Amino acid sequence: MPTPLTEQVARHLAARARWGALEYAFWLAALASVFLLSGRYLILTEIAWLALFALSLDLILGYAGIISLGHAAFFGLGSYSAALLAKHGIIHEPVLALFVSGLAAALLGFATSFLVLRGSDLTRLMVTLGVALIMREIANQIPQVTGGADGLQGVVVAPILGMFEFDIFGKVAYVYCLIVLFVLFLLARRVVYSPFGLSLRAVKGNPLRSASIGISVNARLVAVYTFAAFYAGVAGALLAQTTAFASLDVFSLERSADLLLVLIIGGTGYLYGGLIGAVAFKLIQDALATFDPQYWQYWIGLLLVLLVLFGRIYGAAIAVAVFAISYWLRLSFFECAVILLLIGFGYRHIRRWLDLVDARVADLMRGARSARVAFLQRKP
Amino acid sequence: MPVALETVDLEKHFGGIAAVAGVSLKVEKGARHALIGPNGAGKTTVINLLTGVLRPSAGRILLEGEDITLLEAYKRVQRGLARTFQINQLFLDLTPLESVGLAIAERMGTGAQWWRLVGSSPPVVEEIVEILTRFHLTDVMYERTGNLPYGKQRLVEIALAIACRPRVLLLDEPAAGVPEDERHEILATVAALPADVTVLLIEHDMDIVFSFADRISVLVNGALFVDGPPEEVARDPRVKAVYLGESLDA
Repeated sequence: MPTPLTEQVARHLAARARWGALEYAFWLAALASVFLLSGRYLILTEIAWLALFALSLDLILGYAGIISLGHAAFFGLGSYSAALLAKHGIIHEPVLALFVSGLAAALLGFATSFLVLRGSDLTRLMVTLGVALIMREIANQIPQVTGGADGLQGVVVAPILGMFEFDIFGKVAYVYCLIVLFVLFLLARRVVYSPFGLSLRAVKGNPLRSASIGISVNARLVAVYTFAAFYAGVAGALLAQTTAFASLDVFSLERSADLLLVLIIGGTGYLYGGLIGAVAFKLIQDALATFDPQYWQYWIGLLLVLLVLFGRIYGAAIAVAVFAISYWLRLSFFECAVILLLIGFGYRHIRRWLDLVDARVADLMRGARSARVAFLQRKP
Repeated sequence: MPVALETVDLEKHFGGIAAVAGVSLKVEKGARHALIGPNGAGKTTVINLLTGVLRPSAGRILLEGEDITLLEAYKRVQRGLARTFQINQLFLDLTPLESVGLAIAERMGTGAQWWRLVGSSPPVVEEIVEILTRFHLTDVMYERTGNLPYGKQRLVEIALAIACRPRVLLLDEPAAGVPEDERHEILATVAALPADVTVLLIEHDMDIVFSFADRISVLVNGALFVDGPPEEVARDPRVKAVYLGESLDA
């Protein structure tokens, strides 16, 4: 019998999965980028597949608590699969080839998932790293199949669905990546708001208790790891299809590590972390590479350290400040390092100021809230 | 009376130490059975063996006549054996609503569904509300479990076990750490458990044990010392010497 309380609870649970205004805004902006940023399709395409790749890592890290330093294993397998399927004409149609490449990665994910079931975070880091290294070495050792260190050349990708040919401006490629990202995002969103998705968060939070309410912890972890591997494989396949190329660096440690950076920038466990992180990471990388082609990695490193030390907002603000100052004053690399050391030594003081700022902001927010309540409850 | 839960010569060694040394315990169906013993007697180890958190070094465990010694923990829950923990084991980032819902969905076999949204199954929602109401948790059910006061968290701990609808329930010091004025709420819910649920209670508080249990087993140094009805155990001079003596003197 539905009672008012059961209806209220059902409504509350249903509301968890409702689309927020910011979500609409995000996807409208993505759609708008197709029309407004027509000169930047190349980087937009990279953002799209990187976002999908990061979404994949977020599924296991943010929802199931599995950390990985070898997610490139699945990305790379998907990449080579798509390139090989296209090169040898096994599956001409890109969408089907994309799906099959994802399945290949999922198969590898399933097979290696049993390695990450046991052990601590550190064990998992090492095991996943090992799997990616092995995949890279296998690809390196069979040049007759993969092209070895030269990469797989001569890949020709057929028109999507037999209708849309990849153009030289990259518009079709971008729209294709964006649609794949959106569809797979919708699926991921569905999954994380399902009973299965909730049980993942339970397993992440307390595996002991999860088992003692009847959740088969290992089966859930195997399932989500396989699912995420599919996503990573599709992301890799998108890279191969949009560049008509696959090379050994799809398996590289750097790729896996960059992916963690993307999630550190964007945050985990709310699905948009990977997407926002990918946008921010690529834009920052692009901007820095223009400003400082030689040392741009230094600035990425700086940003990362500051994000971890001071949180997302203050960290980014301080990074921008240091960057702006050194750019204006044309400081040398060495002088910038000195500034950083000063920040490091002054960390406690800076942190104390920031805590004061936080407290002040919290006061203001509380004041604003009570003023709003008073306004809403005013006597007519 | 048929036996709900039984151990046969159960042993558990940690290195050279025998935490549980040959325990043969019978818990009758529908019993209110208390397992008591001084600190370090191996009570919690017994519970961990019964629920599959630990593997026994030797011996067998039978649930309603079936050997479950090697069964994984989650499968024992599916067969009707649930527990609470001495130290809260909760999903701190989830709400009581979500936590209880997880246990119910799992029992109903819908916990692994990935194509439906949470809360779209009316029987699950109805039972969530029923259990949260019974445990007086409806006023905090939308809050993060980690933010609740300890007494409420303790209720969630028990509610989670009840949501598994166990036929055999193991309670590991349910009132541990709960302030005096919130105790009665917990004890009332324990006392109100359906009569056909078999309960094995681990408890330090003798008032609770003697007001609740119809049978008491005393565990000392990993071995069963005395086993019998409360009056008999209370009269037993050996029990007084090793266990009750301490609390009577205090």
